[in-house]
Amino acid sequence: MTVHGGIAPAIAADVRRGELLEWWTLFWMSSVIVLMWLTMGASQAMKSAVIDKIVPAEYRDPDGDESGISMRARVSYASNDRAKQDAITYEELADPKWKGKICIRSGQHIYNNALFAAYVAHHGEAKAEEWLRGLKANLAQKPSGGDREAARDVAAGKCDIGIGNTYYWALMMNKDPDKKPWAEATKVILPTFAGGGTHVNLSGLLLAKHAPNRANGIKLIEWLAGEHAQQIYADANYEYPIRDGVAINPTIASYGKLKADTLPVTRIGASRKAASTLVDKVGFDN
Amino acid sequence: MTSARFAEPVVSALALFTAALVAMPVLAIALLATQPAPDVWQHLIDYVLPLALRDTALLLAGVGLVALIAGAGSAWIVSRYDFAGRRMLLWLLPLPLAIPTYIAAYVYVDLFEPLGLLHRTLMLWLPPRDALALLPGPRSLPGAILIIGMVLYPYVYLSARAAFQLQSADFAEAARTLGAGRWSIFLRISLPMARPAIAIGLALVALETLNDIGASEYLGVRTLTLSIFTTWLNRGSLAGAAQLSCLVLAIVAALMTLERYGRRNVTTEFSSENPRPTARTPLRGFKGRLAFAACALPVLSGFVVPLLFLVHQSMRRSLLTADAAIWRDAFHSVIFAALATCVALVLGFATILAIRWRPDRWRSLAANIAQAGYALPGLVLALGLLAPVLALDNGMNALASHLGLPLPGLVLMGSGTAAVTAYVIRFLAVPTGFIRAGFERIPRDYDDSARSAGASDLTAMRRIHLPLLRPVLVGAAIVVFVDCLKELPATLLLRPLNVETLATSIYQHASRGSFEDGALAALLIVAASIGPVAWLTRFSDMPRGPA
Repeated sequence: MTVHGGIAPAIAADVRRGELLEWWTLFWMSSVIVLMWLTMGASQAMKSAVIDKIVPAEYRDPDGDESGISMRARVSYASNDRAKQDAITYEELADPKWKGKICIRSGQHIYNNALFAAYVAHHGEAKAEEWLRGLKANLAQKPSGGDREAARDVAAGKCDIGIGNTYYWALMMNKDPDKKPWAEATKVILPTFAGGGTHVNLSGLLLAKHAPNRANGIKLIEWLAGEHAQQIYADANYEYPIRDGVAINPTIASYGKLKADTLPVTRIGASRKAASTLVDKVGFDN
Repeated sequence: MTSARFAEPVVSALALFTAALVAMPVLAIALLATQPAPDVWQHLIDYVLPLALRDTALLLAGVGLVALIAGAGSAWIVSRYDFAGRRMLLWLLPLPLAIPTYIAAYVYVDLFEPLGLLHRTLMLWLPPRDALALLPGPRSLPGAILIIGMVLYPYVYLSARAAFQLQSADFAEAARTLGAGRWSIFLRISLPMARPAIAIGLALVALETLNDIGASEYLGVRTLTLSIFTTWLNRGSLAGAAQLSCLVLAIVAALMTLERYGRRNVTTEFSSENPRPTARTPLRGFKGRLAFAACALPVLSGFVVPLLFLVHQSMRRSLLTADAAIWRDAFHSVIFAALATCVALVLGFATILAIRWRPDRWRSLAANIAQAGYALPGLVLALGLLAPVLALDNGMNALASHLGLPLPGLVLMGSGTAAVTAYVIRFLAVPTGFIRAGFERIPRDYDDSARSAGASDLTAMRRIHLPLLRPVLVGAAIVVFVDCLKELPATLLLRPLNVETLATSIYQHASRGSFEDGALAALLIVAASIGPVAWLTRFSDMPRGPA
């Protein structure tokens, strides 16, 4: 099995010490591809008492088909100069006081789809539609680009608030001298749902259907959820660990204490279709 | 002689297999599309299709227009005029083919968006806000049209150039004696005569535009192809996605019909066997510089700027020394591409050989189907391959468990077979087309002579066809190989999930918001493509006199 992403070298070294797995035993990937495999019915339940114990129930699929392994929050990059507040709610993003001041990528992009789905799960479709219309009315431009462009547009003065994931900001700040000014012009505010927490989305793991080395696959998942691997993951990728007892990277910690929304991932998943429908209906991306 | 007796059925079976392979994803999609997805369509019709159809149509038309002006225009200039720098341009003009559309999109957004190079330059003279107002805004439909058009125009350039070169000077001279001016000759003689070639080039441009997801999503253009993706993954409707795919395939079919229409009434008398090449008019001074500038503009924007950007980023980040991961990704890319190239070559050869040995309607049909794979957008192809491949995987596991054998797992999906199959299907048109053209140049007399000398078909193939086809085979291999390296959508969805190729690693970097970290990977793809593109155009000027 090979592991990719920023942490590959560190984890691969650890895996090499252990038992080698066939490389198609385990899928570990971006959320879009996880979804694709789920829709095709290509995964199987992993059923691990260890995972059940470590990973909070809201970040797992109760059937055991998927488990979150790390997470990031969907937050606002607020202009240091022009955004005067230090706290914000997702609901407030639709407030007319932000008219023409918000930048965001496509509403159908998986990150926004999940955020909007969480909104639907919290407030129902009707309220969500109203909110999306308000948010759309507040946009400074047609949704496009990626999360990094959101910070860039704020830094350039096109808008006051950009919506992006926590690790993009950390990467720009620490890993990319060209983009550091974009991050420096903004501060990360962790928004919350009214009466809830900050929306997080997950990197997940699936066990492949018919995996020939199922037991070892599960062992590896359990190891990845362990403190050591979680620490590597949190530091190399600027993600929030999925479990307690692991130190958060200082840049990420500088955003303030994360109060993650406790909405179960399955409920968000169930609202994704509605969120996608609403995005089209209100012409969010047009 | 015994082996010869088996050769014909084997080759025919391979041809049949090839046609079935290409037809499989289309049939799978048709099958998926038969499942009802009622709420999907009402929604699509109400909210998605009007805009997606409009934007897709505008994108196709716009990119086509840009490619036509840049491609046919530059082809005309270098074919009819002589000026300083022309020889260099002949070599450079096709090179944007080496730049994948998604890479061009990232580069131009970085350069032209706020705080990019252009903005910072303008800010030397202007206050930031005024400078901001002057930026062209690449994240828009016009931006997408220009960016995609500037890397795809070589399809039109290459085909138009070949056509202009083959036009005999007789036609233009006759027109001139009748009093036609330079423009009138271009518009009323040369362009219409090159129409079939330009139609082929434009069709390729349109297919590549429909294939694109990465660039249009990033630039904020909501195309139909993107709607398939959204319907499938956000709305969780496989059936709806398949039905939308059918719509896209219908558009593809319409485009192909349009291309056929563009080639109608074409007779070979148009270009005589040994055309008398038109003498190129020398251009000096300002006119010469203008001609150079007109042809250099597409090269600059489609190739030089992206290339310099990638080189600059790679050096700035000292990517050239870092990270062994890129070599592993490159290794994966090469393995997949090489496997696909070999398979595509064998299948393409078999398909055409089957016709050569026994020309009939069925074998011709098989070859036509084999060549149609190129029209399948990568995403549609991935969607159409997933179901059959997973069904095969599931079947193998069921069989293994029935026989009490250890489960093999999702071997086909997990081993990259699916990705390689996708490459083969999508790019089979190249070897099939090349080899078909190559065979046409080998007179059948050769086959007959070999036969009358007592050689079997197999011997004739080995001793006559293969050696004569060698340049064609090499050319096809190179083109398929590079196309595989560049392919993104199907690779992303069908690769073994813990394997990155160069193309997917660029995408991963980009989706993590650090496209520049993928600059070296992008550079490797571009570098690998330059040689083949140059090879394709090595006969840049027709030899003088009878060919």
